[in-house]
Amino acid sequence: MGNSNKRNRVSFSKKFKEASIHGCFLVNAILVILILVGIFALLVWTSLPAFKEISITEFLFNTSWNPTSYVKASYGILSMLVSTLIVTIGAMLFAVPIGIGAAAFISDLASNRVREIAKPVVEILASIPSVVIGFIGITLVGPYIAKVFKLPDGLNAINGSILLGIMALPTIISLTEDALKSVPKSYTEASLALGATKWQTIIRVRIPAASSGIIAATMLGMGRAIGETMTVLMATGCANAMPTNVTDSVRTMTSAIAIELGEVAFNSTHYYALFAVGLALFLITFAVNLAAEIIFNKKQKL
Amino acid sequence: MKNKFNVITEKLGFAVLTACLLVVVLIIVIIFTNIIINGHSAISLDFIIKAPTDGMTKGGIMPAIVGTFLVTVITAIFSIPLGMGCAIYLNEYAKQNLFTKLVRISIRNLAGVPSIVYGLFGVILFVQFLHLGTSVLAAGLTLSLMTLPLTITASEEALKNIPMSFREGSLALGATKWQAIRTNVLPYAVPGMLTGTILGLSRAAGETAPILFTGVAFYLPYLPKGVLDQFMALPYHLYIMATQHHDITLVKPIAYGTAMVLIGLVFIMNLGAIILRYRLRKNRKE
Amino acid sequence: MIKDIVIEAKDFNFYYGDVRALTDVNIKIEKNSVTGIIGPSGCGKSTFLRSLNLMNNLILCAKYEGQIFIEGEDILHKDIDVVELRRKVGMVFQKSNPFPKTIFENVAYGLRINGIKDKDLINQRIEESLKGAALWDEVKDRLHASAFDLSGGQQQRLCIARALAVEPDILLMDEPASALDPTATLKIEELIQVLKSKYTIIIVTHNMQQAARVSDYTAFFMMGKLIEYSKTNLMFTNPEHKITEDYVTGRFG
Repeated sequence: MGNSNKRNRVSFSKKFKEASIHGCFLVNAILVILILVGIFALLVWTSLPAFKEISITEFLFNTSWNPTSYVKASYGILSMLVSTLIVTIGAMLFAVPIGIGAAAFISDLASNRVREIAKPVVEILASIPSVVIGFIGITLVGPYIAKVFKLPDGLNAINGSILLGIMALPTIISLTEDALKSVPKSYTEASLALGATKWQTIIRVRIPAASSGIIAATMLGMGRAIGETMTVLMATGCANAMPTNVTDSVRTMTSAIAIELGEVAFNSTHYYALFAVGLALFLITFAVNLAAEIIFNKKQKL
Repeated sequence: MKNKFNVITEKLGFAVLTACLLVVVLIIVIIFTNIIINGHSAISLDFIIKAPTDGMTKGGIMPAIVGTFLVTVITAIFSIPLGMGCAIYLNEYAKQNLFTKLVRISIRNLAGVPSIVYGLFGVILFVQFLHLGTSVLAAGLTLSLMTLPLTITASEEALKNIPMSFREGSLALGATKWQAIRTNVLPYAVPGMLTGTILGLSRAAGETAPILFTGVAFYLPYLPKGVLDQFMALPYHLYIMATQHHDITLVKPIAYGTAMVLIGLVFIMNLGAIILRYRLRKNRKE
Repeated sequence: MIKDIVIEAKDFNFYYGDVRALTDVNIKIEKNSVTGIIGPSGCGKSTFLRSLNLMNNLILCAKYEGQIFIEGEDILHKDIDVVELRRKVGMVFQKSNPFPKTIFENVAYGLRINGIKDKDLINQRIEESLKGAALWDEVKDRLHASAFDLSGGQQQRLCIARALAVEPDILLMDEPASALDPTATLKIEELIQVLKSKYTIIIVTHNMQQAARVSDYTAFFMMGKLIEYSKTNLMFTNPEHKITEDYVTGRFG
C-alpha cells in the first residue's frame, strides 16, 4: 500500500491560514456588537457630567427647556417628549390604516403585474430623503394646512404628523405585507369554503391572523417616526414650549439636538445635556424596537 | 351565501383598499411633480458644474454635488467590506449560539438607531476622539456605521440564495472552507450583495443628520482638498436653502433645483440597484 | 490472492447529537471493487457513505466513535487533513450539482483549487476525466458551453468527471442515478464497471436490482446496523440472515 501514515496529517500552516481567515470574519462580527455597545456607552459617558448639575427628575419631568437662560437654566425634556409623542401618534394615525390597506391590496387584491409595479413604487417612497420630505412640508403641505386651519403658517404638529406618516408608510406596508404573506393558506381556504366572501376573509381572518406581525410593523414604523430628524426640524416650527394643540408649533427631541448642538459651548452643561437627550432618544427607540421584536417572536412561536 | 349586502360591502371594501394604495402613488406623484415643475427651470449645465455665487442666490451647486459624491465614496469604502465580512461570518461560519444571537440583535437594533444619534456618536468618536476634526472622513465614517445594518442584511440574503450544493460540491473536491467560499460562493453572491449595498449608499447620500456636526458646511470657497477637509453636500444645501437663507424667495428656484438633483441622484442609484436585481433574477431562472 | 483492503471501519458508531445513527459498523472493503450499500429508507447508508469523506463534519452535532481506516490511516483522528482526504476520496451526489460554469471550468475547478496552473496539464486532465466519465465524445466540441446545457444524465457524468479530475483513489456515489431515466441510468451503471479497474467504488442505492447488477459486494444496512456484507451473488441467492432475505425478496422495503 505505499502511503506513509503521516502524510495525511494536516499541516500547521494550512490550519493556521484557515483559522486566521475565520478569525478575521469573527472580528468583523464582534465589531458590530461593539458599535451598538459603543454608541450606548459613549452616550452615557458624555451625558453623565450633565447629571452632576441636573437631577433626573428635573430632566424628565420639567416642562421647561431653557439652557441658555440668564436667570435659571432649566433642562426639562418633558415638552420635547410630549412633542415627539404627539407627532408620532399623529403619524401612526395617518400611516397605519393606509399602510395596512395598501399592504392588503398588494398581497390579496393585486394581480401579479400590478404587484410588480406596486412594490417598486413603495420602495421609491422609501428612498426619498428625509430632507426632501421636510422641504415638501415647508413648500406644499404647510401652506395647505395654514389655509385650512387659518393659521399664519403651517409649521406645526399636524404638518409633522403627515410628513412622518409618509416616511413610516413604506416600513409599515412592506412588513404588513410580509405578515399577510405568512398567514397559512389553510385559514383562507377554510374561510372561503364556509361561504365567506374574499373581503370577509381578509377582514375577519387574514388581518387578525397577521395581527402580531402588523403590530410589530407599526412599532417599527413608530421607531422610525420617533427618530426622524430633518423632517421635523424643517416642518414643525420648533417652538420651545409645551404644545397644547395639534396646530401648535412643536419641537421634538431630535430637532432640539439638531438645532442646539451647533451653537453650544463645548464641554458645557448644555452640551452634556444635549447628549443626555440623545441618550433618552436612543433608549426610547431601543425599547420600541425591542418590543417589536418580542411581539414578532411571539408570533413565530405560534 | 352571497347576498346583496355582502356583495356591496365587498365592492366598497376593495375600493377602500385600492384607494389606500392610490394614496401612496398619489403622494409620490405629488412630490415628484411639484419638485420637477418648480425646479426644472433652475437646472442647466451651469447649475451642475458651477459653484454658487452672489450669496447663493445665483450660480450652481457643483460643490455640493462633489461633496455628496465624495462622502458617499468614503461611506462605500468602509461599509462594503465591513458589511460583507459580517454577512459572510453570519452565513458561512457562525454557529447557533449566544454570540450569533447577540450579533443579530445588534444588527436589528442598529437599524433602528436614529440618524441624529449616529451623528452624536460620530462627533465623539471620529471628530474628537480620533482627532479627525469635522471632515469628509469623519462624516463618511459616521454614515458607513449607519448603512452597516442594511449592507449586512442585504449581503446575507444574497449569500443565503446560494444553494448548499455549491459549498458541498466544492468541499467534496478537496477545497478548504475559505476556498469553497471564495471560489464557489462569493462570485455568485457578490451581485446580490452589491444590490443591497447600492440601496444603502443611496440612503447615505440623502442623509443630513449624521453629517450635520461631523463635517458638512454651508459654504466653502473651494472644494475639499483632502479627506480631512470640510465639504458641502446636497441634502444640507437643500436644508439651509429652504430654512435659513436670508432671502427665501430669491433662492426658492435654487432650492427646488437642489431638491431635483438630489432626488435624481437617489433615483438613479435606486434604479441601478433595481435593474441589477432584475437582471440577477432573470439569470437565475434560466 | 489476498487483495488490498483500502477501507476498513472498526466498531464505528455515529451520532447526530444524542441520537445514534450508526451502531458498531465493521466492514472491510477491497481495492478496485464495487460495493453496493442497500437498505430501507433511514437505515444509515448515506450517513455511512458521508462519514467516509467526512462530509458529515458539515453537520454541527455530528459525533464519531471508533475508527475508519482509509489506505491505512485513521481518518477520525483529530489531526487528519480533511481537505486532502476529500481529494483522495471523491464524491458524486444524488442530485447532480454542476457549478454554474462552463463544462470545461466545472472539470477544471478541482485542479485549480489544488494549485494546478499549467494549462497543458489542465487540458490533458480534463480530457482524461471526461473520457473516464464516458462524456468526452458528447462534449468535446462544446467544452465552453454552459454545464446547464447538458441533459440530466450528462450532468451527472460531468460531476463524475469533475470528481475524477483530482485523481482520487476511492469514489463514493450517493444514489447517483436516482434522478435519471433508464437509459441514462444504464450508462452510469456501465461506467461504474469500467471505472472499477482504476478506482474503488462504493455506491449507495435504494434500487436492489441496481446493486445486483453493478456491485461485486453488497452491504445491507438496517436501522443503523450493518446486517450483512458479502459477495453480491451470495447475498441475493443465499443470504445469511432472514431479515436480509426478507429485504432482498421484497417482503419489506
